[in-house]
Amino acid sequence: MIRRRQLLAALPAGLLLSGCDALTRNPTAKAIVESGEQATYRWQRLVGRDGLAREFSAADISPVFKVNGTHAPTNPEWQRLAAGGFADWRLKVTGLVARELSLSLADLKRLPQRSQITRHDCVEGWSAIGGWTGPQLSHILKAAGLRDGARYIVFLCADDYGGEASKGGLQSSSRYYESVDLVDAFHPQTILAHSLNQQPLSTGNGAPVRLRVERQLGYKQAKYLMQIVVADSLAPFGGGHGGYWPDRGYEWYAGT
Amino acid sequence: MASTAPPVDDAPQFVTPPPAVRSVLRHHWLVRATHWLNAIAIIILLMTGLNIFGAHPRLYWGDAGSVDQRTRVWLETGASPPWNNPSGWIDIAGQRFDTTGFIGVSEKPTGGINFVAFPHWATLPSMRDLATARTWHFFAAWLLILNGLAWLLHGAATGRLWREILPSPAQLSPAHLWHDIVEHAKLRFPKGEAALSYEVLQRLAYAGVTLILIPTVILTGLAMSPGMDAAWPFLDALWGGRQSARSVHFIAMAGIAGFLILHLLLVILSGPFRQVGAMITGRMTIGGEK
Repeated sequence: MIRRRQLLAALPAGLLLSGCDALTRNPTAKAIVESGEQATYRWQRLVGRDGLAREFSAADISPVFKVNGTHAPTNPEWQRLAAGGFADWRLKVTGLVARELSLSLADLKRLPQRSQITRHDCVEGWSAIGGWTGPQLSHILKAAGLRDGARYIVFLCADDYGGEASKGGLQSSSRYYESVDLVDAFHPQTILAHSLNQQPLSTGNGAPVRLRVERQLGYKQAKYLMQIVVADSLAPFGGGHGGYWPDRGYEWYAGT
Repeated sequence: MASTAPPVDDAPQFVTPPPAVRSVLRHHWLVRATHWLNAIAIIILLMTGLNIFGAHPRLYWGDAGSVDQRTRVWLETGASPPWNNPSGWIDIAGQRFDTTGFIGVSEKPTGGINFVAFPHWATLPSMRDLATARTWHFFAAWLLILNGLAWLLHGAATGRLWREILPSPAQLSPAHLWHDIVEHAKLRFPKGEAALSYEVLQRLAYAGVTLILIPTVILTGLAMSPGMDAAWPFLDALWGGRQSARSVHFIAMAGIAGFLILHLLLVILSGPFRQVGAMITGRMTIGGEK
């Protein structure tokens, strides 16, 4: 009797297991489960639109700030700039702006600076605490002046990234980029960091400048910044999902 | 009361005892609906959660922790050479357990060695896929939360929560507890009228899962979200940091998985068709058991 029951139980279990993978690839099922991201985005904007990420003390700083993603860009343009100590590096601000900008590292350092010791949460599960310094993105956006229709701030990077075996899923190489909405763009803790723990950014951590958008996961903290584009749509960039990892199935809104 | 009622005549009173065998409404429709939605949510959450864990199979205490901070690791899974015949292991608080074939090293569905924390049959998707696992995990988390709130509100509004789920003070007496432990050990389950209400161990298990473990996985899950930590700073403080929250999330998950196994086992032992039938149709036939 028990044996027959076990058999009866094992049969649907086997079908279920092989069926589950098929279900994750079904477009309708995908659309339904992806609605969870919209729910999370709206919920977090409702309960914590202006919330500040926790700031830590110098004693909490992690002994090593783990380098993840690109360790050193192979892009010759970036390598030329790095060889010159980034003296010729310019951050371009373009798109739906009243005035296009081209900012040197010295220009960024002349703006009012913000320093913050925050926790970096990787989508893989680990966290590291570091102290970042740089101008608030809001200062730069105000200097450029946003035109009507501006909805997203897109960050174009210098590195071509090939993926990450530990994450599994889709793996393909392309230019790294990221984007945020205007709420996060104008958030006081959103800065363009040129220093980590009072040292200029290392190559692994995104020299010369990386984005810090402290209420989202690590993959939003775009490194090796080259250009900022103010846009009304994410469709023209990369795979159209607003970022290197979002193009590979990860949430665009990574406050999760 | 009876003394004030004037005697009418000598005719027998029509006090009909309930029939020996009868069908009763055991589970309200909302309880049944939330039970099965919860079952779907928990199974998706467990299987996608084990996939997510595989992206970084280490647990730490405190705010931060990464491979560069080995001192904070208290649980880790991995594999050791020889690579043509590797062994899988789990380290818990410095103690290593060989888990070859299950944790750290398992067999791929197509044959061949899979170097992953949990085997393909325990994860969703079956292969490494952090993006898909996360999308499903968060969808099921919304389901778990909304469904759980519906169940909790219904239970509180109808009083079912304290009548049926929370053990009564009398049930918690040592003698009563011991009696129920012995009955369970002998696999003697309540029959007849007694089957219409939960015994103390059952109540403790249900209350433990619904009022402690599930709220714990939800609050630790929220504490891992950088957006929610900024919105509600008490979330990560509650657990002593985000990495501690991740550890507690894993421990509570193990508790829920343990409950699930025990729950399925006891349903099978106590009459699976009757129990599952009652949770689907709501009706249970009592009396007339062997």
